[in-house]
Amino acid sequence: MHYGWTGKILRIDLSTATHDILQPDEDIYRKFIGGKGMAGHFLRPHVTLDWDHPDMPLLLFTGPLVGTIAPTSGRSTVMSRSPLTGTVADCSVGGRLGFQLKRAGWDGIIITGKADNLCSIEIEDSHVRIHDAAQYRGKDTNDIFDAFFDGSRSVAAIGTAAENGVAFSSLTVDKHHAAGRTGIGLCFGAKNIKFLTIHGTGKIPVRNKKELLKAREEITRLTAASPILMGEQGFSCFGTGSIYDLMDSRRMMPTDNFRKTHFDRAGELNAYAYKENYLPKKYGCMGCHILCKKIAGKGKMKGGSMPEFETMSHFTALIGNTDMKLVMQANELCNRFGMDTISAAATLACYREMNGGIDLSAHLLDLLTQIGTASTELGRSLGRGSMKYAQGMQQDSQPSMSVKGLELPAYDPRGAYGMSLAYALSTRGGCHLRAYPVSHEILRKPVATDRFTFSGKARIIKIAEDQNAVVDSLTACKFIFFAAGLEEYARAYTAVTGVETTAQELLKAGERIYYHERIMNALNGFTAADDDLPMRFFTEAGSGGNAIEIKPLDREAFLEARARYYHIRGLDEQGRPTPEKTKELGLA
Amino acid sequence: MKKLVDKYTRKMIRAGLADDPLVCGLDDELFWNREDEAIPVLGNVVQGMNINSLIYAEPAEPYQTILRYLAERYPEIITPGDCETRTFLHDLPVIHSFSAETVLSCLRKRKSVIIAEDHAIRVVTFGTVSPEQAFVTFSSVCFSSFVLFFADYLDDLRQSNVTARQQKAFAAILPFVNKPAREAPGLHAGPFSTAEQVIEAMIEAGKYTVDFGLVDSYFGNISYRLNDTVYISQTGSSLDELAGCIDPCPLDGSSSSAITASSELSAHNEIFLRTDKLAILHGHPKFAVILSMDCDEQDCPQRGQCHIKCSRERFINDIPIVPGEVGTGPTGLCNTLPPAIKGNRGAIVWGHGLFTTGSTDFNEAFRNLLDIENMCRTQYFKRVQQLI
Ligand SMILES: [Zn+2]
Repeated sequence: MHYGWTGKILRIDLSTATHDILQPDEDIYRKFIGGKGMAGHFLRPHVTLDWDHPDMPLLLFTGPLVGTIAPTSGRSTVMSRSPLTGTVADCSVGGRLGFQLKRAGWDGIIITGKADNLCSIEIEDSHVRIHDAAQYRGKDTNDIFDAFFDGSRSVAAIGTAAENGVAFSSLTVDKHHAAGRTGIGLCFGAKNIKFLTIHGTGKIPVRNKKELLKAREEITRLTAASPILMGEQGFSCFGTGSIYDLMDSRRMMPTDNFRKTHFDRAGELNAYAYKENYLPKKYGCMGCHILCKKIAGKGKMKGGSMPEFETMSHFTALIGNTDMKLVMQANELCNRFGMDTISAAATLACYREMNGGIDLSAHLLDLLTQIGTASTELGRSLGRGSMKYAQGMQQDSQPSMSVKGLELPAYDPRGAYGMSLAYALSTRGGCHLRAYPVSHEILRKPVATDRFTFSGKARIIKIAEDQNAVVDSLTACKFIFFAAGLEEYARAYTAVTGVETTAQELLKAGERIYYHERIMNALNGFTAADDDLPMRFFTEAGSGGNAIEIKPLDREAFLEARARYYHIRGLDEQGRPTPEKTKELGLA
Repeated sequence: MKKLVDKYTRKMIRAGLADDPLVCGLDDELFWNREDEAIPVLGNVVQGMNINSLIYAEPAEPYQTILRYLAERYPEIITPGDCETRTFLHDLPVIHSFSAETVLSCLRKRKSVIIAEDHAIRVVTFGTVSPEQAFVTFSSVCFSSFVLFFADYLDDLRQSNVTARQQKAFAAILPFVNKPAREAPGLHAGPFSTAEQVIEAMIEAGKYTVDFGLVDSYFGNISYRLNDTVYISQTGSSLDELAGCIDPCPLDGSSSSAITASSELSAHNEIFLRTDKLAILHGHPKFAVILSMDCDEQDCPQRGQCHIKCSRERFINDIPIVPGEVGTGPTGLCNTLPPAIKGNRGAIVWGHGLFTTGSTDFNEAFRNLLDIENMCRTQYFKRVQQLI
């Protein structure tokens, strides 16, 4: 294994402050590829432990393409068990973290144990040092980046939210990138890790550079042909916020905690308006030419991250805010405290609904501060996430718009039926990225599908989950798959690793990787009862208009589609893994 | 699923791609549009892949004759040089025996496979979200094979390399190509003053563009400028089904709800800004594409890179040919096309297609598209005559 992978995994035990090196067999790499797949392989033996048990591993993995010229391959996966949902928790994260880790000679890191005191981990090629970080207690992420993020290394840090037990804490990477969802930041907090710095100087050997160049050319040609990525209204020009207008015009912008699907003021709060006000500059992950990240170019926030689409939508429509500046400030606060913007906004939307729909604008920053610093009883209970907050208030969890406890992002599933399945079935809870059916239901890629039907969607969701599992294992960016496909990435994979493969073989690995997560969730007691949506979507209509009618989802049709999915995925009627499929995929 | 399977079965026939295609769709259960003895083998193909639809068909003429010839000439892989191949298909693998294993060996990595067994020719394509993908790929295979066949023939004539077999195939195809020219229809007369009128006119012009064979599957695009808004067909929309697939885009970019607009939006906008034209039509008419690739400079250092690097000023009569790839990017046609089309009836992008404009409505743009393609066809056969 001399190409693509380094063949080495770093294992750090914080309880004993020691580390050693694992060198897994080649067939493990072939089966699980890297990133999400490899991390899952090392999580499984421990997945039934509590999320904060010292033996629960915290995993950071790169993939075979990382550190090469394959487009968008600077990413990595952070994984553990979620404090928010109890499910598998994995986040694909950008920046330079994966790149530096790989250059330092590691395919991944497994962190176990718990440090006695708040610590930081420094990785410099093969050198690993654990430092006391007590002086950084109570510091927000900006303080850490100011001190350590000078361009020479990658830095991943938690803020005060994770120190204070906020269940939706994020890990911030290289200042502008977040492993946002499922409370992965709190997993760092549980191990007493404040931050991690990585610098590597090695080179990643590539089996066939000429072939890799050709694959790269094919992929960049396809991205240039993609209006969503490189068009003049696309991600490269406006960031992910460029779909803000579209979501509202398709009548699927979650408004007032998903009670409506259209926001009257959306036209004033779109990506164009942000561009006018903040002159954002293009910025991106290592090895990416799309540069979908935007950095404010003027005003008080200059140099700070511009809000992503989900943040723009949830901090306006979902909570009834019409002040753009407030969105910028809320985004900045969440980044500083290290909190997932989706869950933070959605939890506040739940709070707002339970309090008669009060106007939050005047209290928004104060509420976020109470959560991020756990300074009040209210802040602490909101910090448990919308589901536990609603239940704690002795209400049923109705106002918590979440799946498995993970708050839903900014696509109303009544406006895209595939999305309803994607949300319900995602192995990490209410997440759009596992299957991202918006791609075909709204963005017409690879071709358009009818968004108001369940027909055919079960298999489409299954295939997309498999594909994205591969993407997160390679590790590449899901956005580029609006344009390129596994056909082109298989060529890159073979060029880099020398391992012959095809698009369909990679998909098979994706199926294995995703099924593995179903197995892990089942071990923790998850069943069909958890693969469901908040009842609101089945009983209330959305806001029609533009000749579009947004009806409540047909519960029976949804359940039939879900049953078809179980059948296609090789699960039993309760959504649990079967021995036959487990064996077929080599996961027994 | 049944609805989609039936729809794309009909489209295959209507587009002249196959007379009796076998089409399947798959959610939890497999649905075929009809019985066929190939189904057991194809069922195993579907089983062996992570897909949701498949088309298996004997291509209609002239594609059948073309593919039979090409599969003999290039027995393993056919590599057309046009834009649809380069961007989406990469190449067209060929096999010579029909089994699940042989078909899978190609479809696992490519979007299509051509089965050339004895005298029979079949093409298999698939989709992962819709039979539409299988249809689009099938159509692209036929289009790019057609282009390759005629481009090869002209090139071989020039080198005196035409074989008897090739000449026979050429003669057999001629009746399908030499159809009497059709008159351009009368389309809605402009200028238009409301969005409804614009959309109606675009839907109509799009239908005729497909009906006249001036574009294949979901390629091509169309736009109209109404004041400071450009109405343009969406990315991946079929010109014969534009209802609900037209995005209004403000020329100043103040809304991005048209992020789903055609990948050529930038080129269209630029043409509108540089000229006083109101209508733009873009198709992939075959002879315009074929002739754009015909070049007698054998020793040109840019050969093989013509689609992005050709630096010669080239024309077919009054129509300029420019290099440029789909979309934006430094080598994108958005840089080369707008200056070339200004002051001309239209412009051809190398190996890709033809753009035309109109001053008030789509009558002029459509007529130009049709006339230029007819001119290219005439020109093609004139070049053939000269070389024989
Ligand atoms: Zn075109």
